[in-house]
Amino acid sequence: MWTWFYKLASPPYVFGAAAALAPWLFGAAALAIAYGLIAGLGIAPPDYQQGEAFRMIYVHVPSAILSVTVYTVMAVASAVALIWRIKVGHAVAAASAPIGASFTLMTLVTGSLWGRPMWGTYWAWDPRLTSELILLFLYVGVMSLRSAFEDPARGDRAAALLAVVGVVNVPIVHFSVVWWNSLHQGATIVTLEGPKMPGSMLWPLLSMWLGFMLFYGAVLCIRVQGEVLNRERQSAWVREAIKS
Amino acid sequence: MSDFWSMGGYARYVWPCFGFAGIVLLWNIWSARRHLDAAKIRAARALAMAASEAP
Repeated sequence: MWTWFYKLASPPYVFGAAAALAPWLFGAAALAIAYGLIAGLGIAPPDYQQGEAFRMIYVHVPSAILSVTVYTVMAVASAVALIWRIKVGHAVAAASAPIGASFTLMTLVTGSLWGRPMWGTYWAWDPRLTSELILLFLYVGVMSLRSAFEDPARGDRAAALLAVVGVVNVPIVHFSVVWWNSLHQGATIVTLEGPKMPGSMLWPLLSMWLGFMLFYGAVLCIRVQGEVLNRERQSAWVREAIKS
Repeated sequence: MSDFWSMGGYARYVWPCFGFAGIVLLWNIWSARRHLDAAKIRAARALAMAASEAP
């Protein structure tokens, strides 16, 4: 088991696997997003309360799920890097931060555009919105901290610590609509009674969610190659890798 | 077709929402490629320097 673990964490293996996986993940993401867009915008019926405005769900919800998922990946990779001193963990965390930040910004902007016609305001200091904004600040903090040190190894460790501590915000984002009074609607897809949407609305949403996840995987594969190269510049295998 | 574009009167919220999402997705692709290209250039430069310093 440990042989497999260390092989997976070896920089040349990660570099090669990421380069091979990226095009497949991009292709699969494009298919899932294309189906989600066509079915979500053109086939799903309008919502009985929100009318056509509900279609913003097809980008808002997948980006919101991704914003917390990417943070969790970043925190786990940071913890692995801190505990087992595995450099690839720092590379995955550093590669995830800008992607996660961009999806958190997407969540805030699309949510704001959805909030205006439904709540009458672009912004409210609501628990869900505020915790999502804190998530964006955490991403920015992790990226800033990493680049604030002259010694990249110290920057990696400091950013990893902040990422691990900041993971406490992830359950707060998720449960904010349960723990406090919130303008934001509660869970729609994952509930004890099952999804609260009919299939014609749900399948495009699941497809968009899958597409965004695959897209994250694809972009992560490209970014992680850059992060591995930055950390392994002096290694012999890099000579062969950059020729290809 | 105009019904589709008007989105039941919510066009000014729905289309900017999808437009911004598209911009973020494209930015991610562009920025990741740029990041990798820059890392390759830095690595090539480091290798060239190491080769020139070798006896």
